Amino acid sequence: MLDVKAGDDSSFNSLLQKYRSPLVNFLYRMVRDTATAEDLAQEVFLRVYRARKQYTPSAKFTTWLFRIATNLALNSVRDGRYQKLSISLDAAPDGEDSVPLELPARELRIDQKMIERDRTELIRKAVWALPEKQRAAVLLHKYEEMDYAEIAKVLECSESALKSLLFRAYETLRVQLAPLVGESIAREAGEGRAS
Amino acid sequence: MNCNDVSKGLVAYLDRRANSADRQEIERHLTTCADCRTRAEQFRALWGVMDEMPVIEPSFGFDVRMRQRVAAEPARKWFEWIVPQPRLALSAALLAVVAVWMVKTSPVNTHFEATTASAQQEDFNAIKNLDVLENYDVVTTMDALSELAPVATPDNGMKIQDTHNATAE
Repeated sequence: MLDVKAGDDSSFNSLLQKYRSPLVNFLYRMVRDTATAEDLAQEVFLRVYRARKQYTPSAKFTTWLFRIATNLALNSVRDGRYQKLSISLDAAPDGEDSVPLELPARELRIDQKMIERDRTELIRKAVWALPEKQRAAVLLHKYEEMDYAEIAKVLECSESALKSLLFRAYETLRVQLAPLVGESIAREAGEGRAS
Repeated sequence: MNCNDVSKGLVAYLDRRANSADRQEIERHLTTCADCRTRAEQFRALWGVMDEMPVIEPSFGFDVRMRQRVAAEPARKWFEWIVPQPRLALSAALLAVVAVWMVKTSPVNTHFEATTASAQQEDFNAIKNLDVLENYDVVTTMDALSELAPVATPDNGMKIQDTHNATAE
């Protein structure tokens, strides 16, 4: 980034190559729409480019980058421009007509019909159903593998508040995705017995 | 450590980012609390499940559009080098205002004014006491004054008009 600040445009291209995919994925998981995620990612890079002269290496570049991205994503979601895409866990996955997703109760055994469903859609919709800040915390923690201090800076909260936020988010996901979690544990137990 | 305490540190424990004291406390609690042990096991499994979330790739035109937008950015104005940062400019302006205010209200300045007045008074006294101005003959022999009408006096018969006397004094 310091090279970009010094006016080296090829370094900006390097930043673009390195961070465009993580950024687009993060934004997609935040705003639930590919085109919107790409538009926002471009806006993030453009803001980085415009602010390159003022950049000071007081914080990690990724912290700065994802802070801009998180703020843009939260504003975008709060603007309500993408409310048409709001998801509930009862809604059918994309491409399916009217078959609702029926999550069995945690204690029920997962039946064959559930296994045949698109697991990734279940996971995606469960993450999307989280409150915005919890969603951002989970995405930065789980998928961007940032440390707590960095995530806390991005979300502008204390580390202890972040840990509480993450616990509540994972607790919600644990309940919402109980069938998949149960299946995963059962499979691991089976593999353990087999070995 | 109770279940509530464990819940606060559980994510960091599973993440292997808990400090050693917390880790030992949590491990001790998990050996005795089945609910927390189950939750910890399910959290681990959940993270494995979440790894199944697919990764999307930016579209082919992403880089091209990005470069076009960067190229369309206006060039920096000629005066921007003077004010590289708005905050710096504001600080400089405030500094200038404070400097002017300090000069205006500075006691050094009052002393300077007092010194100047005192010097002017001394100069005035010096000028007033100059011999040449006390030398009456210089005044009376001036060509310009000789054209004025003489005034008769009882002691020496001639005297310059009072107005010129006042000037001389």
